[in-house]
Amino acid sequence: MVIGLESWTLARPELFLAAATTLLLIYGVVRGEVATPFVSLATSAALLVTAALLFLPYREGTAFASLFIVDRLTATMKVLVLVGAAIAILMSRAYFERVRAWRFEYPLLVALATLGMMLMISANDLMALYVGLELQSLALYVVAAFQRDDARSTEAGVKYFVLGSVASGMLLFGASLIYGFCGGTAFVQISRALLEGRGAEFGTIIGLVFVVAGLAFKVSAVPFHMWTPDVYEGAPTPVTALFAVAPKIAALSLMVSVLMGPFKPLFAQWQQIIVVASVLSMALGAFAALRQQNIKRLMAYSSIGNVGYILLGLASGSERGIQSVVFYLVIYMVMTLGVFATILMMKRRDVMVEDISDLSGLARSQPAMAFALLIFMFSLAGIPPLAGFWGKLYIFIAAVEAKLYVAAVLGVLASVVASYYYLRIVKVMYFDEPAEALDRPAFGVNRAVALAAAVLVAVFSLAPQPLSLVAAAAAKGLFP
Amino acid sequence: MTIGLGHYLFVAAVLFTLGILGIFLNRKNVIVILMCVELMLLAVNINLVAFSVYQGNIVGQVFAMLVLTVAAAEAAIGLAILVVYFRNRGTIEVEDINAMKG
Repeated sequence: MVIGLESWTLARPELFLAAATTLLLIYGVVRGEVATPFVSLATSAALLVTAALLFLPYREGTAFASLFIVDRLTATMKVLVLVGAAIAILMSRAYFERVRAWRFEYPLLVALATLGMMLMISANDLMALYVGLELQSLALYVVAAFQRDDARSTEAGVKYFVLGSVASGMLLFGASLIYGFCGGTAFVQISRALLEGRGAEFGTIIGLVFVVAGLAFKVSAVPFHMWTPDVYEGAPTPVTALFAVAPKIAALSLMVSVLMGPFKPLFAQWQQIIVVASVLSMALGAFAALRQQNIKRLMAYSSIGNVGYILLGLASGSERGIQSVVFYLVIYMVMTLGVFATILMMKRRDVMVEDISDLSGLARSQPAMAFALLIFMFSLAGIPPLAGFWGKLYIFIAAVEAKLYVAAVLGVLASVVASYYYLRIVKVMYFDEPAEALDRPAFGVNRAVALAAAVLVAVFSLAPQPLSLVAAAAAKGLFP
Repeated sequence: MTIGLGHYLFVAAVLFTLGILGIFLNRKNVIVILMCVELMLLAVNINLVAFSVYQGNIVGQVFAMLVLTVAAAEAAIGLAILVVYFRNRGTIEVEDINAMKG
C-alpha cells in the first residue's frame, strides 16, 4: 500500500511540529541549560506556526488509510489546544526560574504532549486514538512531576500516572472489545457494523462503556474525577494552567468525535451515561468547591463543574449541542488562562502564595489585578452579560431542545450554588479587611495574558455573535 | 473440550479484573500498582490477539504490538516518576502518598 502525497500534506501541521520538537531537543541537548530561554520561545513559536499551518491553506479529508481525519471541528479544536499550550509555556518562565526548575525539557515535553493531543483530536481509528492519547499522557505525567525536588509535585506526578494508566487500560480494554465485536478498529467500520446491526451489540456496548469511562477519567468527569484536585494542587502552577486547558479540550474533542461519529447509532445508550456524568460533575463541582481554601484546588473543582456543563451540551447530541460545546470551550479556555495568569502573579514579599485568604483587600492594594479577577469570577459564575453566561445559555438551550429538562434544571441549580464560591472570592478581594498587600505584579507575560484574557472576555460578552458563528462552522464538520 | 474464543475472553476478563482490583485494594507498595497496570494491558493483548485469530484479520495483532511498545514506555516513565518521588519522601508505601487531602 502506498501512502499518497496527499496524506503527508494533510498531516503537514503535525509533521512540522514533530520535526520542530526534535530539532529543538537536539539543540537543547547540545547547548545544555543555557539554551532554555531560546528553546522555550522557539517552542511557543513552533506551536503558533503549527496553528497557522492548519489554515494556510485549509484542507480537509482523511489520510493514512483513514487513520487520520481533518475537518472543521478537528481544525478548530487543534487551534485551541495549540494556542493554549503556547501560552502556558510562555506563562511558565518566571515560576520555574523561581523554583530553579527552568529547564529546556519542559517546553519540549509540552510540545510533545500537544502533538499527542493533535493526533487524538484527528484520530479516525481506535489505534490512532490510543497512540495519540498515550503520547499526550506520557508527556503530561512527566510534566506534572517536573519540579522534581518538590514533594507535592512528585506526588502529583505519581497520582496522575497511576490513575491515568488505569484510565488508559480501561479505554484499551473497551477498544479491544469493540474491535472484536465490530470486526475492525476504523471508525467507518465500527459505524457500518453498528448501522447494519452486525455483531453482538451487547459486547460493543460493554466496550463503549469502558471507552467512555477511560475518556471520562481524562476529562475528569465525576465519578472519575478523584485525581483532579490533588494533581491541580500539587503540580507547579503553570503546569496546572496547562492541565486545565489543553488536555481537557483535546479529550473533550475526542469524546465528541468518538460518540458523535462511530457510536452515533448507539446514541440512546451513551446519552444516559453522559447525562448522569454531566449532572454529577456539575453538582460535585458546585458543592465540593464551597469549602476550599487553596485557589488551585478551587479551580480544580471549578473545572470539574465546567466539564459537567460541556458534557450536557454533548448529551443533547444535536448540531446545536456541539456548537454550544465548542463555544463554551473557547470561553472556558480564555477564562481559565486568565485566572491562572492572575494566580501566577500572587506573590507576597517575593514568595508565591495560593490561598484565597491571601487575596483579601486586593482591591485596595492592586485594583487592576482585582478587577481582572473580578471579571473572570463573574464570568465563571455565569452572571449576565459576561461571556460565561452566554456559554451556559447556549448549552442549556441545546439541552432543553433535546428534551433533557431535568438535567438542564439541575445544571442551572448547580450553577447557582457554584456562583457562591466565585462571588466569595470577589467579596474577599473587595470587602474583607486587607491582609498584608501582595507584591505589585511584575511587568511580563502573565500580566499581558491576564489583560488579554480580560479584554477577550469583555469582547465575547458584548459580541458573542462572531464566536458563535465560528462554533457553528466547527459543528458543521460533524454534520456534513 | 475444544478451547474457543469465549475461553480466551474469559481469561482476559479475569486478568483485567485482577489488575483493577490489585490497584484499588493494594495498600502496600506502588511497584505492585505498576505490575497491576501491566497485567491490565496484557489482558487487553490476549483479547486483541484472540479476536484477531478468530476473525482472520490482522488488525488486532498490529494493535497488540502497539500496546506492547506503549506499555514499555509507560513502565519506564512510571518508574522514573517513582524514583524522583522516593528521593523526596524516602518511601513508596501507598499509605504515605497523602501530602494533599481535601
